Amino acid sequence: MQRGDSLNSPFVPFSPNPSIQQGTPTSTPPLKHTLSSSTSSNLRYSSSRKSIYDRHLNRSQRSELSKASFAFLFGEMVQYAQKRVNGIADLEKKLNLHGYSIGQRLLELLLWREGRSAKRETRILGILQFITTTVYRSIFNKPADGLEKSRDNEDEYMLIDNDPMVNSYISVPKEMSQLNCAAFVAGIIEAVLDGCLFPGRVTAHSVPTEQLPAKTVFLIKFDESVIERESVLG
Amino acid sequence: MVILSLLILNKAGGLIFQRDFNEGLKKLSSNDYLVLAGTFHGVHAITSRISPVRNSGGGLEVLESDRFRMQCFQTLTGTKFLIFAEPNQPNIDVVVKRVYELYADYVMKNPFYQIEMPIRCEAFERNLVAYIKPK
Repeated sequence: MQRGDSLNSPFVPFSPNPSIQQGTPTSTPPLKHTLSSSTSSNLRYSSSRKSIYDRHLNRSQRSELSKASFAFLFGEMVQYAQKRVNGIADLEKKLNLHGYSIGQRLLELLLWREGRSAKRETRILGILQFITTTVYRSIFNKPADGLEKSRDNEDEYMLIDNDPMVNSYISVPKEMSQLNCAAFVAGIIEAVLDGCLFPGRVTAHSVPTEQLPAKTVFLIKFDESVIERESVLG
Repeated sequence: MVILSLLILNKAGGLIFQRDFNEGLKKLSSNDYLVLAGTFHGVHAITSRISPVRNSGGGLEVLESDRFRMQCFQTLTGTKFLIFAEPNQPNIDVVVKRVYELYADYVMKNPFYQIEMPIRCEAFERNLVAYIKPK
């Protein structure tokens, strides 16, 4: 009974050996497997038998990815999500969720990379600046184009991106004009804020202008608790 | 650079994009454009079969008249780009290549575009006009 339980447990420690990942017991280490797969190397099982998890985390810090392959992948993500939702709000929510799971991991990686100079942000301005510079630079290789505070509402801030990379090849059809696929990026921002204990909602809105047809504003609405803490800190 | 018009045909010979950039060609009704596209598709298929040289079967590529010069480019997947330009316009192949690039970027990478269907991509048109008619 117990043995069966441990096999079915979802909490299997990670191992580069796929048979262990699936929870099937093996008596011998799969040496053969690594040898046979050494001809075809990929991210997880590289030819040097060192998986991506064995590499130093700073190694890929400055490396770049192909924009075209990202565009195709993101396009497929949007299409996949679109088949499984009804309504634009639902689709944006789904994209937001995709971004959220990336943001959670990204925050940990970025803080780890900052090493000793990493500091815990406690003020709204500090965390927003961390996002516009560090986070934005690490994903898009450029800082965000602007940061504004809402005049009407104290708990709202606006992060401006004049040409979001994720939208560069996307033309939203007229009947879906409410949609902005940068909801994905909004999800990343929301996860970073959440992870730093600044809970709130982040949404993406298109604000096209003559010169900047793809201009996007990320509206950040913080929870009451954040605003309260901010006023206590003074 | 004077490019008069651009037509894009899908692999079945259906017109999926048409846009005039400069004056010089007679405006046709949208129905006539469809007929033109279908006719050209047929002619192109015939010309690719009657080539006297072996394995040159790319079909019709250039059509010259004293009013315009038409260049046809067929992609590996059968999509055809027809560019109408002034007769003395040099380097049309460069223009065709760039238009194909724009198509690959702003149409094929757009998740809302349905393949083989008419192109309604605002970013494609915007970049096309910026390339062909720079201000």
